[in-house]
Amino acid sequence: MKSAYWMYAGPAHIGTLRVASSFKNVHAVMHAPLGDDYLNVMRSMLERERDFTPVTASIADRHVLARGSQEKVANNMNRKDEEQRPDLIVLTPTCTSSTLQEDSQNLVNRALISSMSDVIPADVNHYRVNELQAADRTSEQTVRHYLNKAIEKGALNRSVTNVPSANIIGISTSGFHNQHDCRELKRLLQGSGILINQIIPEGASLKDSKDLPRAWSNTVPHREAGPMTAIFLKKEFGMPYVSITPAGPSDAADFIGRIEGYINAWASVLSEKEKGVDYEPYVVNQTRFVSQAAWFSRTIDCQNPTGKEAVVSGDATHAASITKILVKEMGIRVRRSGTHRRHDTEWFNEQIQGLCDEILVTEDHTEVGDATARVEPSAIFGTQTERHTGKRINIPCGVIPSPVHIQNFPLGYRPLLGYEGANQIADSVHNSFNPGMEDYLSDVSGGHDTKGVVTKLSSNKEDPKRTTESQLELSKIPGFVRSKIKRKTEVFAKQNNISEITIDIMYAARESFSP
Amino acid sequence: MKIFNITFECETGNYHTFCPISCVAWLYQKIEDSFFLVIGTKTCGYFLQNALGVMIFAEPRYAMAELEEGDISAQLNDYEESKKICIQIKQDRNPSVIIWIGTCTTEIIKMDLEGMAVKSEKKLQIPIIVARANGLDYAFTQGEDTVSAAMAHRCPVNKIFRSNDEKYLNDLDSSDRVKDHLQIKEHKHKDHNLVLFGSLPSNVAFQLTSELKRQNICVTGWLPSQRYSDLPSLGDGVHACGVNPFLSRTATILMRRGKCRLIGAPFPIGPDGTRTWIEKICHVFDVRPQGLKEREEQIRNNLSEYTKILGGKSVFSMGDNLLEISLARFLIRCGMIVYEIGIPYLDKRYQAAELSLLKTTCEAMNVLIPRIVEKPDNYNQVQRMHELEPDLAITGMAHANPLEARGIDTKWSVEFTSAQIHGFTNARDALELVTRPLRRNLSGSIPSNWNNPLRQELSYS
Repeated sequence: MKSAYWMYAGPAHIGTLRVASSFKNVHAVMHAPLGDDYLNVMRSMLERERDFTPVTASIADRHVLARGSQEKVANNMNRKDEEQRPDLIVLTPTCTSSTLQEDSQNLVNRALISSMSDVIPADVNHYRVNELQAADRTSEQTVRHYLNKAIEKGALNRSVTNVPSANIIGISTSGFHNQHDCRELKRLLQGSGILINQIIPEGASLKDSKDLPRAWSNTVPHREAGPMTAIFLKKEFGMPYVSITPAGPSDAADFIGRIEGYINAWASVLSEKEKGVDYEPYVVNQTRFVSQAAWFSRTIDCQNPTGKEAVVSGDATHAASITKILVKEMGIRVRRSGTHRRHDTEWFNEQIQGLCDEILVTEDHTEVGDATARVEPSAIFGTQTERHTGKRINIPCGVIPSPVHIQNFPLGYRPLLGYEGANQIADSVHNSFNPGMEDYLSDVSGGHDTKGVVTKLSSNKEDPKRTTESQLELSKIPGFVRSKIKRKTEVFAKQNNISEITIDIMYAARESFSP
Repeated sequence: MKIFNITFECETGNYHTFCPISCVAWLYQKIEDSFFLVIGTKTCGYFLQNALGVMIFAEPRYAMAELEEGDISAQLNDYEESKKICIQIKQDRNPSVIIWIGTCTTEIIKMDLEGMAVKSEKKLQIPIIVARANGLDYAFTQGEDTVSAAMAHRCPVNKIFRSNDEKYLNDLDSSDRVKDHLQIKEHKHKDHNLVLFGSLPSNVAFQLTSELKRQNICVTGWLPSQRYSDLPSLGDGVHACGVNPFLSRTATILMRRGKCRLIGAPFPIGPDGTRTWIEKICHVFDVRPQGLKEREEQIRNNLSEYTKILGGKSVFSMGDNLLEISLARFLIRCGMIVYEIGIPYLDKRYQAAELSLLKTTCEAMNVLIPRIVEKPDNYNQVQRMHELEPDLAITGMAHANPLEARGIDTKWSVEFTSAQIHGFTNARDALELVTRPLRRNLSGSIPSNWNNPLRQELSYS
């Protein structure tokens, strides 16, 4: 047992469900007790999803414990098959079914007897992997299943597309700014004349997965979801993949450069006359004019944060990218950079080697908080947890990766990748530090807080008296309605010639309000 | 014995609700000197951290004891492991009581929480209470029921009572003591020994207490109390009355173990419920209720702006928190038509008075008695809703946005558990919640041709 308040990555089944519900027409059946279908809430609330989340829980209750769940789970899968005719049903284990040691494959076999849909058991162990690892695995498992099926049927299309093309792997529901990143990535590739073959899992139809190998290369923008799929496609079909995250102008250039290399390799194979592509001018143009980030870091405005200190934490992809941008592009000193992705430590260390003073790899948010308090940076870049740490110790924080709240699912276009992403990150970094002149002026004048004066002017001198109890009661009322209730109570007291407000008067006033 | 001609149905139980461990969210705030330890897995922790949102950062008095693979396969010793964590809690927070919340996993691996608690309690010199609030057996608010029931075992058993007023004073906040001392002396009732059960915010508890005081009935204690050390005494001659419809286990324990006499009443939700609740209690104590009818009417008059909006509108309650019957009864009284009352679990004995009030309300308002569906099936319910096209769906958050996108106005049911809806005073708040989605439409802020903003219909139009 370990004591915990907060976790950076969710349980395994969340990862599986995120991938399954991202595909088009795939339904996940969880084998879980009442209340475990929380992803439905998150999708409906955080992503403001218009459709019902294609996740059903086959409820494990006392009867299941007594009799076993065999029939119930299989029945629920068959029912979903009849009701919604999905292409695929993913049987998703939870901590409960892991503990019950249910034989998922057997449940699947039973469901397959009468099911029109494909059925697979998600191959994840709740006690060994977390949300991100499970998402990666489920994505690979699904793709593998459908490609193997296509091979069996002889339906696999192995010819590459006529023009250079790429797949985007790892865009899924509930991912941090994933939808925006996807759009920006498409823009980035299409801008250099590369055709988007397929995007998985978000919005992908499994019927099309037989065409996945037609792309010239794969791109995996996030390390958290997708690498396993890309590795599988490389092994089986020889597809090269780019695992550079194109965040910030220089990584974006590297990303494009790598793709250029793959395209030219193919181009020479396809036809000898083909000269290959040169993306250099595109990159230069984008860096100089589309992205403002490179120019911004040269403006005098950006002199202010130079040498200021920051700490970074988050998932491996985002923490590494932000660290690189802060140090290389904006001249900010990163005192500490860290991730909660313990199993990805090696990659993380390699990425930010020499860019920060200290590397911290931990899943314990208190350790991150303590380390932050020790360093006392000018700004924090981390998850929502770090934002709260920042609030406590009065240091501004930019939220970069999950876990996040609803405000991190913005309606406006906010990619982190590509050239527009570089603009967004520059804004977010710049806003996190106190603007230069404000910083300077308030230091000089010793602050110019005028709040006290304003309140005094607008307060009413002839308030009826309040008993201490009713004063106490008033303080229990949520802040945002308190003054309104206070005022209404006072009006009520005056109207009824009451000189002292007791708790009873407060309630009587409340009952008398008409809307 | 068939008392009511209300029909009850039971479906598959494939419905969405919160896990009962969510009760720690409001209970740790209610019981000020408590600490809640949820013994479960990452799944439980993830749910709590997401469902409680902001509260998790306010140094909450709860924690997860996260089970690892070694715990599941019994390579680690449960007792030693839990003791370690509890010692840490005692050191850091020094609570008056630690409440262990058992989860699905502790049930499946048959962890002997009760046995371990007795041992740890001795070792740590701090009361440890075990509540098995798991998703295998219970839904959402029933979590509170398991905690209160477990807590009822710790209430002092007193056969010879101290004088009522003295005890009453002990149960009040110190701030209220001085003032109430005088009032109490005025109306001492030796026979009244009334314990109310159900966790309510302290101001709502105060409001209900003073409603009863107006009828010369003293509430001698609340379960749970503001502080663990203030748990009410139970025993022969104590009457108990519930304030929430999901407390059937607590009621049973109070009757069987606490030897209390249960007052069967509807729940004080809405002015009609509050009035009947008070009347039932008065009746038991042989007190003639005074001015209740006028008070109900006065409150009702003040609600007219709301009832104008609600009158004739239909509502479909999908069911997830067991408040559904009381709420439906109140809404019918406000002039609404209720198509269906979904409910996770219905204790027909504990809710008997509420069911009977539902029936008389339907008769008085001249509407059909809604169908009551226990353990509903959300998929079927959505199909029924497509046919019935209700004006309002009261539903969990998993379905709210998808239903809105299909042109059905929704109200999140979860809000009714956290908002203050009990008593005369808070009737407004309850209707404020129910009318909010309807008022949003009245104001015309959403263009009328947008009432079905599904993606497939919007694109290429």
